[in-house]
Amino acid sequence: MGNYQLDHLAYLETEAIHVLREVAAEFERPAILFSGGKDSICILRLAEKAFRPSEIPLPFLNVETGHEFPELIKFRDQRAEELGAKLIVRTVDDAFEKGLATPTPGQVSRNQLQIPVLLGAIEEFQFDCCIGGARRDEEKARAKERFFSFRDAFGQWDPKNQRPEIWNLYNARLNPGENMRVFPLSNWTEMDVWEYIKKEELEVPSIYFSHERECFRRADQWLPVPPPHDSRDKADPYEGARPSENEQRQKMICRVRTIADMISTGMIESPAESIEDIIAEVAAARVTERGSRADDKASEAAMEDRKKAGYF
Amino acid sequence: MSKTQHPVELLRFNTCGSVDDGKSTLIGRLLYDSKSIMEDQMEALERSADITGGGQVNLANLTDGLRAEREQGITIDVAYRFVATPRRKFIVADTPGHVEYTRNMVTGASTANLSIVLVDARNGVIEQTRRHSYVSALLGIPHIIFAVNKMDLVDWSEARFREIREGIESFLPKLDLFKDVKFVPISALEGDNVVTFSDKTPWYEGPTLLGHLESVHIASDWNLNGFRFPVQWVNRPNNPTDKSLHDFRGLSGQIAGGIVKVGQEILALPSGQKSYVKEIWTYDGSIEEAFCPQSVTIRLEDDLDISRGDCLVALEPLPGHDSDLSARICWMNARPLTSGKKYHLKHGAQLIQAMVSKIESKIDIETYEPELTPQELNMNDIGEIRLRTSKPIAYDGYTTNRLTGSFVLVEQGTNATVAAGMLHSPAQHYKPEYMDFSI
Repeated sequence: MGNYQLDHLAYLETEAIHVLREVAAEFERPAILFSGGKDSICILRLAEKAFRPSEIPLPFLNVETGHEFPELIKFRDQRAEELGAKLIVRTVDDAFEKGLATPTPGQVSRNQLQIPVLLGAIEEFQFDCCIGGARRDEEKARAKERFFSFRDAFGQWDPKNQRPEIWNLYNARLNPGENMRVFPLSNWTEMDVWEYIKKEELEVPSIYFSHERECFRRADQWLPVPPPHDSRDKADPYEGARPSENEQRQKMICRVRTIADMISTGMIESPAESIEDIIAEVAAARVTERGSRADDKASEAAMEDRKKAGYF
Repeated sequence: MSKTQHPVELLRFNTCGSVDDGKSTLIGRLLYDSKSIMEDQMEALERSADITGGGQVNLANLTDGLRAEREQGITIDVAYRFVATPRRKFIVADTPGHVEYTRNMVTGASTANLSIVLVDARNGVIEQTRRHSYVSALLGIPHIIFAVNKMDLVDWSEARFREIREGIESFLPKLDLFKDVKFVPISALEGDNVVTFSDKTPWYEGPTLLGHLESVHIASDWNLNGFRFPVQWVNRPNNPTDKSLHDFRGLSGQIAGGIVKVGQEILALPSGQKSYVKEIWTYDGSIEEAFCPQSVTIRLEDDLDISRGDCLVALEPLPGHDSDLSARICWMNARPLTSGKKYHLKHGAQLIQAMVSKIESKIDIETYEPELTPQELNMNDIGEIRLRTSKPIAYDGYTTNRLTGSFVLVEQGTNATVAAGMLHSPAQHYKPEYMDFSI
């Protein structure tokens, strides 16, 4: 290195490590939101860098909609085990049973329903801080997000009244019942994430790579055909999310660019078989990552509204 | 990292100007012309243009992300944007220009290497221009660009550009020195001199705005003189990943100044004990030396009693070490500052109690003249204060080191961040010979 200068990835890395250590030192019961997606994979590597040779002093938390890609769940569980971490999973279905949430009539996506589940888990485990992998380049409401994002006792974000965040001096003070969301990757872009995955040789779930999959066309997107429903006792969780007669079905060579659940993730046609291929694809991309996310297309302020209500 | 790729530098800049100076339009233009804006974002812009904008695509809508901002056509909060060119990556803080949002400008400017101050060519130098220049200087931003915008509306007049430039140059000497100052005539709306040269300014030699952003020398913006290491977290594994590390005791943190080497003698403050660096541990293996702003874990030869908030420092140059401090602050809360009030003070990795003992002056940031002994400081005021902390802190002057010379005040009870503070250089440095506990 010689000239005492950090390149952009090393700068973003040291910034994120600093943030993670602040969290571990300042909060009583912090947790890492770990979905198995590419951003949270980077968070885990950064946590290793921040805390090794000690154990990572935070449990992992994941909120499932019940519509997850099985590849993602498998990867998530395996990675948590490798790292010797405690993984806590709470699901929308549990929340239905406990009466914490009620299904929205006519609404197939359970994206919104993750909010009460997340808030319920925060309450259950008394988490005072949740670390998320959200980035400011993803979406324009997120572009206004702080590293340390304060949430009131109802889990709400008040974008017009955020704490000023100056230098690297993060104000982590909370009153009882209040909560912090912390985003170590705030300044990372989609490209930075993939370059970091390459540099660190991180494993990612197989659905990021090109594979054959049966998809159907809905609302200008190719959505994966959900797995068959084989239980007579339970209602089909994918009711309404299965292709109808007149929706075009097709076997495709495709992959995901960003992962929500099966209902909200558009597949992109792609031959990318390696991290290098993915980086080349991101570099040439002419639509944003979240252009393939059905949950963001609801309205101009879809993300802002969900964040105000307590979304990740 | 692969050897074939050259390292890409990161430059952080902020943009400031008053309402309608075209800040958001300029960022929109940079994003658009550097192809950092995507088709779906463009579609969304076009959609909202059809609905609300009478068909005119408004580049400002790219950065004005909140509903209230789009409704009122203003920028409320700092928005961060990302631009990449083959030469550099940029993190852009779009900071609002209204008087009442100065606190957001301080936020966006605090981490910037460079400031772009927008000046409307029709209005010339106005109060806001002086205010933004002052805040950029106050926050120690090394590089500044005055982008004289809307040149198309003054017929690309060289005389007008010169007049504005001279107006700014007449007050710059009153501010702290910037490493470099540039003036660029642009039209953010049309794109002239933003990414590509304009044929309308044959009298302007360059560079373009982006050209300057890509080439300005930023390698020396971090402080590499005088090792400072605020301890964030004591790393003591109960169950180490590597069994040979069962007696591992490391001090984890981010280097806030200078360079540290294995074998170097260091001083721990506030205890005043000395030791030597035994190992600089990282996840990727031990290293021989580390520098600001790397995050590392330092092991010392001696098992000193050190906890979060303490600071390891080089013996030369030594920092100040005092509980009686003087600082310049920007007040950021609707409840004014009155002297005698207690706050939490965050400096480095520590949060301690502090009392504002005196408000010495309030600075008129348009005339740069101080008003002596004001009763209080109000939201967005900048003033000189004296503070007493519950224990001495190790610090440098802000002009020497932006990381060890800065603090924030947090209101007790509400936990609101109420002030950003920049410490004056210490009158005297720590004197280890008077309390030498070295083993």
